[in-house]
This record gives sequence, C-alpha cells and structure tokens, in this order.
Amino acid sequence: MTREHITTTINGDPVEFLCDAEQTLLDVLRDELRLTGSKEGCASGDCGACSVTLDGRLVCACLVLAAEVEGHEVTTIEGMAVGDQLHPLQQKFLDHAALQCGVCTPGFLVAAKALLDRNSNPTETEVRFWLAGNLCRCTGYDKIVRAVLDTAAEMRG
Amino acid sequence: MAAVEKIFNDTITDRETQDKTLKWVGTRAPRPDGVDKVTGRAKFGADTYLPNMLYGKVLRSPHAHARIRSIDMSRALALPGVKAGVTRDDFPDYPAGAVQPAGEMVINYRDMTRNIMAREKALYEGHAVAAVAAVNERVARQALSLIEVDYEVLPHVIDVEEAMKPGAPLVREDLITEGVEPAPEEPSNIAKRVEFGHGDLDLGFSKADVIIERSFKTQPVHQGYIEPHACLASFSEDGQAELWCSTQGHYVARGHCAKLLQMDVSKLRVTCSEIGGGFGGKTVVYLEPLALALSRKACQPVKMVMTRDEVFRASGPTSGASMDVRIGATKDGRITAGEAVLKFQAGAFGGSPVPAAAQCAFAPYDLDNVKTIGFDVLCNRPKVAAYRAPGAPLGEYAVESVVDELAKTLEIDPLEFRLKNAAKEGSDSSYGPKFGPIGCVETLETAQNHDHYLSTLKPGQGRGVASGYWFNIGGQTSATLNLCEDGSVALVVGTPDIGGSRASLTMMAAESLGVELDKVRPLIGDTSALGYNMLTGGSRVTFAGGIAVHGAAEDMIKQLRERAAATWDVPIDDVEWHGGQAVAVNGYKDQEDPMGLLDIAKDMAKSGGPIVGRCSTNAQGAGPSFGCHIVDVDVDKETGKVSVARYTVIQDAGKAVHPSYVEGQYQGGAVQGIGWALNEEYIYDENGKVENAGFLDYRVPVCSDVPMIDTVIVEVPNPTHPYGVRGVGETPLVPPLAAISNAVENALDIRFTELPMSPPRVLAAIESVG
Repeated sequence: MTREHITTTINGDPVEFLCDAEQTLLDVLRDELRLTGSKEGCASGDCGACSVTLDGRLVCACLVLAAEVEGHEVTTIEGMAVGDQLHPLQQKFLDHAALQCGVCTPGFLVAAKALLDRNSNPTETEVRFWLAGNLCRCTGYDKIVRAVLDTAAEMRG
Repeated sequence: MAAVEKIFNDTITDRETQDKTLKWVGTRAPRPDGVDKVTGRAKFGADTYLPNMLYGKVLRSPHAHARIRSIDMSRALALPGVKAGVTRDDFPDYPAGAVQPAGEMVINYRDMTRNIMAREKALYEGHAVAAVAAVNERVARQALSLIEVDYEVLPHVIDVEEAMKPGAPLVREDLITEGVEPAPEEPSNIAKRVEFGHGDLDLGFSKADVIIERSFKTQPVHQGYIEPHACLASFSEDGQAELWCSTQGHYVARGHCAKLLQMDVSKLRVTCSEIGGGFGGKTVVYLEPLALALSRKACQPVKMVMTRDEVFRASGPTSGASMDVRIGATKDGRITAGEAVLKFQAGAFGGSPVPAAAQCAFAPYDLDNVKTIGFDVLCNRPKVAAYRAPGAPLGEYAVESVVDELAKTLEIDPLEFRLKNAAKEGSDSSYGPKFGPIGCVETLETAQNHDHYLSTLKPGQGRGVASGYWFNIGGQTSATLNLCEDGSVALVVGTPDIGGSRASLTMMAAESLGVELDKVRPLIGDTSALGYNMLTGGSRVTFAGGIAVHGAAEDMIKQLRERAAATWDVPIDDVEWHGGQAVAVNGYKDQEDPMGLLDIAKDMAKSGGPIVGRCSTNAQGAGPSFGCHIVDVDVDKETGKVSVARYTVIQDAGKAVHPSYVEGQYQGGAVQGIGWALNEEYIYDENGKVENAGFLDYRVPVCSDVPMIDTVIVEVPNPTHPYGVRGVGETPLVPPLAAISNAVENALDIRFTELPMSPPRVLAAIESVG
C-alpha cells in the first residue's frame, strides 16, 4: 500500500509524516509521532479524549483523517504549556483537583482552552454545554466546571 | 466574578475539620502526579511502545451462545505479517474447584480460563474465540477475517428471571446450585443461593401496622471507564516475561497471568500504567494473558488495546437484577421486619455481587428481624466484574425505595423515619457482625440540618433521600520508604493510583515522618519492587496503604533514632523523634543538637549503611462508610426526561486525608448513580446481541446533564487506622438510585420500580396514569 506523505504544523513545529489513507489523525499522533497525550476512548467522536485543534477549531482527532492535516496547523495537549509555564487552565485543574484518573484531562483542557479563546466570560451553563462532548467518568464534572470558570475569571484579571 | 468567588470559596476554604496537631493530613496539598496528567505526559495503558512490537487483535463470537465445533487458523497464520495465533488450545484447563479470593470477588480458574478464551462454547456475544499478533493493526484485522470458526448456534438467555425458569437454555450443562440443601438433582442456571439475617420474620411482620411489598427490576450497566483495556507483553526466549498494563492490581494480574500461562509468578514482572478509570472493571484480566501467549509464540512484544465496542461487549459489566422487598413497620415508625429476595445476572460464569448486595441491603438499619436471600444466575452475557460497591447500589435501591414508601404512608419525614431505625455502634448488622463506631446517624442528622433539605422546592420538583452503606476492606499491602543521601525520601507503594492515592499516601508518610511534604516523592513500584499488594479496590488504598506507609515510617524512625543514638553514644531509649528530628531526651536533654533527616542521611554509610523503612501487612479493621444523599429533580411531562436540579452527598470519611479527592469521590459516585438511575442500560436484540455498544447509544452523564454536586464530609474516626481513615470510594454510588427514584416519586406521585427511569419509561408511566 502506498503511503501518503504529509507536511503539516504540530504545536508550532513543522512536521512531516507518512500515513496510510485510512489512518486517522489520532492514529498518527499516537502511533507514528508518539504524541500520546491525546487519548483514544471511543474512536467515534463520542468521548472527546482525543480533542485537538485544527487551525484553531476544536475537533476529535479520531474523526479527522491524517491526510487531511496537510498544510494545516494542529495543536495538541503537548503544546499547551510553554516551557515550564503551565497554561492557567492546567494550573487551575490542579488547584481544583479537577481530575482523578486523568485520562480525560488532556481532552478537557484542549476543549476548555478552545472555549476560553472564544469566550472569556462563559456562564456555568455555557461551560457545561461546551464541554458536553468530553466524557469524564470520575469527577462528576463539578470540579472541572469550577476550574474552567475560575481560570476565565483569573485570565480576565 | 462574584459567582466564581463564591464557587471558589465553597470549594477551597471551608469544611476543613483539620486537627491542629496535623500538618499535612486534612490539607488540599498538590498532587504528586498532577503535572504529568495535565500535560499529557502521563503514560496510560496504550501509551507504551517497544521496538519490534506486534499488534494483537481478538476474534470475538458473533453469537450469544454457540458450541464451537472447530477453529481453523491456517489461512490467518499464512497471511504475510502474521506472527502468531492463539486459541483455546493454548491455555490450560482447570478443575471446577480452582478458586481463590481476590478483592471483593472470587476468582475461579476453571471459569477464568474459559472467559479469556472460549473453550467448549462461546457464552456471550463478544466472547474471545481466537487472537492473532501481526506487524500492524491492519494486517491483524485482516487475519481475523481469515479465521474459520464452525459454530452450532444455541438458544440463549439474557434476563435473570427467564434464566431461572425450568427449561431455560443452560449456560453450563452440569451446573448444580450451591447453597441449597439437599443439592438439586437437575442442573440449572442458578449458580448459588445465599442467605443472611437474624430474628423471626413472621413474628416481626405480625407486629407491623403497615407492610409494603414491591418488586423491582434493573437493567445491566457498564462501569464506563474512559480508558479501554490495554496492555503490552514481552516474553523472552528464556521464559521470562514483562507486562505493562492498565490494571487495578498488577500483583493480582501477575498471579492470574502466571496461572493461565503456567509459569512461575517470579518470572513475570508486571508494571501498572497510569489507569484511566476502573471502578472495579480492571480487577480482572482479559487481554493480558492473550498478549503474553502471543508474545511467547512470536518471541516479540505484543500490544493489545480494546476498542470501545469490545469494552462494552466483552468486559465489565455489572448485573441487572430482579428484586422483591417486603418491610413492615409500626405506626410510630419502627421497622419490625425486613425481607429481600435478590436475583442477579452473573453473566456467563458464577460470581455476581449478589452476596454483597444481600449483606448491604438493610445495613443502614438496626433491625430485630431481617432476612435477605440472593440468587447468582448465569446468563449469556459477559461475566460480571466488580463495579464500585459491587451489588450494594441494587439491593439498597430496592430497600430504600420501600423505606421511602413506608415513611410516606406513615406520614413521617423520610430522614426522621430512617433515624428512628438507624444502625449505630453496637447494632447487630443485618448480615452478622456487630457494628463498631459508625457514622450512619451522623450522616442522617447532617442531612436533616442541611440547607438543601431545609430549602423549598420549586413547583413541579420532587425531592428524594436515601442512605447507603459499604463495608470497605483492608488486605495485603506493602510500602517502602528509602532515605536518599540528601535527606529526601522515596516512597514506593504497590497499589495503582486510580484517583489520587499517591497524594494521600505521601501526605500520611510525610505526616508520620514529620518532614516537609515535598521531600517525599512517591512512585508505584512494579511487582518486583515490593512484597505482595492486593489490588486497588474495596476502597482500601488510603486505609490499608495508610497503615503500611505509617508502619514504614515507624520502621524508618526507629532506625533514625538508632543512628542518632550511635552518633551521640547515648542509649536508644534516650533518643526520641519529634518534628522530623532525632532529639536527645531524659538525662541527655539539651546536650546534643537535634539531628534531622539530612544530618543522618549524609553519614548513612558511616553509621551503618542504607536506611530503608519497610512495612508489609495484612490490614484489618476497615471502617464501614455510610452516606446519605439528597436530590431534587424536575420532570418534563411532555418528554419524560428527568433532570437533576440539586444534589447533595453527605458521607462519613472517618478522616479525609485530602478533602478535595474525597469530595471528588462523592461527586463522581453521585453522577455515576445519576447515569444508572436515569439512562444507562444494555439493550439486547432478539438474538442476544448488544444494540448499544458505544458512548453515543449507551448514554453516560455528560457535563450538561448534571448540576454542581454539593458535598459534606462527616468524620467519625475509624479507631483502627493511625489517622482515622475509612474508605470512601464506593459508598457514593450506593444511595443515588433510590434517592433519585424517591425524588421522581415525590415529583410525579408515581413509584417507579424499574431502572433506568429513561424518558420512554417515564413518559409511558405518566401517560398511563393520565
């Protein structure tokens, strides 16, 4: 099978990879590039554990074909902290104990950042509906929602 | 801003019942694994890769029940890129009596070897029939399509009552019911009958002014962890093997795999990855023995990861149940007798959690006359695995629903009714032992005085309450504290951290040593690093692990005192350990400068060599935990959709080592319960195949389905633990089913006796009463 040669940008860096036509972006991020922060919980776009942004738009990496990212910009959880500086959302998730097992956490953080990039002052309801595509089975969502609201408040200053 | 501040304040600043003598226990300290988890660095089950690694895939039965006449692997094995294949022929058989307790469940190796790979029959849709390892996933999938299996499809049975009927299709043709005297002569699907209780039911019911009897039915549900089962096995040519897997117990997984691979336990080293949720469902093995067997054949590492579809069809789940409950009470609200008959789906092999359900059903009450009977019933579903307080949510759903109806009939406040009958220290529990210090009354009284319970409902809303109970367990646990040459301390524990236990164990270690928290760094050791550790389950880790790390700290302190005594040339009895320092006392008081960890550590070599604090124990005396939940619901009468408007969890933690993670357990359990009560269920077609094996159709609660979950941590210390800890993880899933059902009854004046109360069921009920 001939593999596709893809040139793209991931977390700000130029990246090239070879992929099968059937491989998803998630397959390539994990199995080819070893960016395993994006998780596969369902492979059907229902759990949000593989949330990444594609040209700033929040997507499930399991629903994007790897070949589709040719010439586009992908951001994953690995691109969220800058050096040793955690993004405020990452810090607030820790402060609020907004994770237990942590497997959904990368997806929630990427999704929450996409929300705050668009809406710096979301209501609790807006947060809950924006994050409704991310499943968490441990926390009951309470501390996650509080962490996002608190981050928004802090970033507004 | 103000709203956020209020939320923040609610969360962070209050509810601390902190003992001023404690420096770390009771605080909301940073979590040692936190940064790895928010940066994507943490390695979960599917995140490990090895050079020369193969991908394994499982062929699963498309039939709910079928005899396997033959399996032909030849075409699959001939496919280029396929390196190994395994079937039933690659695993040993074990006799029926090969059983061993494991956590809250019992392991039967006759059954386990058949569950990981079908032998005579495929017993449920999704049952593993063969597995292959190939150079990549695509080739592995292609190989599966080339395996030829000749099935004789058999009649199947899913529903527990259908499975109990004479003439039902037999899941196991030679199964004679245990626990019945004399033993039945004919085989049936009833694996076991259990009975618990005391007193005289006839006498008790004769004293009752009101007797209410109801039958309940619930559909089976799945634990729903977000991370699918995953492992990576590497067997070498000399018969040694390594296994990385997502598990609640790597020592337990090691034992199972060694048994199934017929190898020495010591030759298998298991490392637990970070675990992406388990809730009991990762206490058993599925892929691990297959990956090891494939790796042994191929002499290459083999990685296996379940799809979500496989997780639903072939792992977990817990039982659906049919339950009959009868309770009698006097006019003044004293329960005179309680009886329950519980019938649970076990799945393809015996071992449903019906014994625990029967034990817990009436546990919140101090009763003179009580009896519970449980039936463990085979059906053509995956063998059930533990699910958070296994069985208890079901039994207590039925009992707490009838208790609520009794209170309403007698016109007594439901919390007051429960208080009149509440179990307390010295009560004979409904299943045998006398209770020690427990917090049942305290949780009910806290609920009575809570702002939520005192608030006024909005029009159309309903409010429900329910109590819940779980035993909690202790068990075999090992911990080691290694003093490093700079005075910092490496803590090694052997229980996978499923929700923050590294934080609580480190806090207790620092507390017991009297050192700064950031000087103690924890890690979860692999199976070669420590003595045996039972799995993470039974809400045992902070309890039993706390005893172990405290014991290891005491061992280390004894050695530290010895080194100081030797340095000062004073008797050991004249050296005490205070505030993280060795201090000379008695006749030597103020004659020597205190020695801290660094002082002793830097001269370790000269004073006797490495200092290692160890503790291996079989922790006993786990304190049971009681909870009481309050919930308000809205019901949309046009669609039948029930929405939770407000929810409060009140539960006894004994002592909350890290209150944030205790609250997290309460909140997470409540929301799992909301899912179980309102939406979650396996749906089967007429052929016994699952119709909703995905998160789109098996609907777990999402963020927009639920409100904030308020919590109150009650602390009635457990006297057997150095810091008073009780397990907290499981009890939160016990009360929600009944609490929500009671709230729906309060809103609609309709008593639901079936779960889930999904929109179609609720709408049908509303329409049937006009």
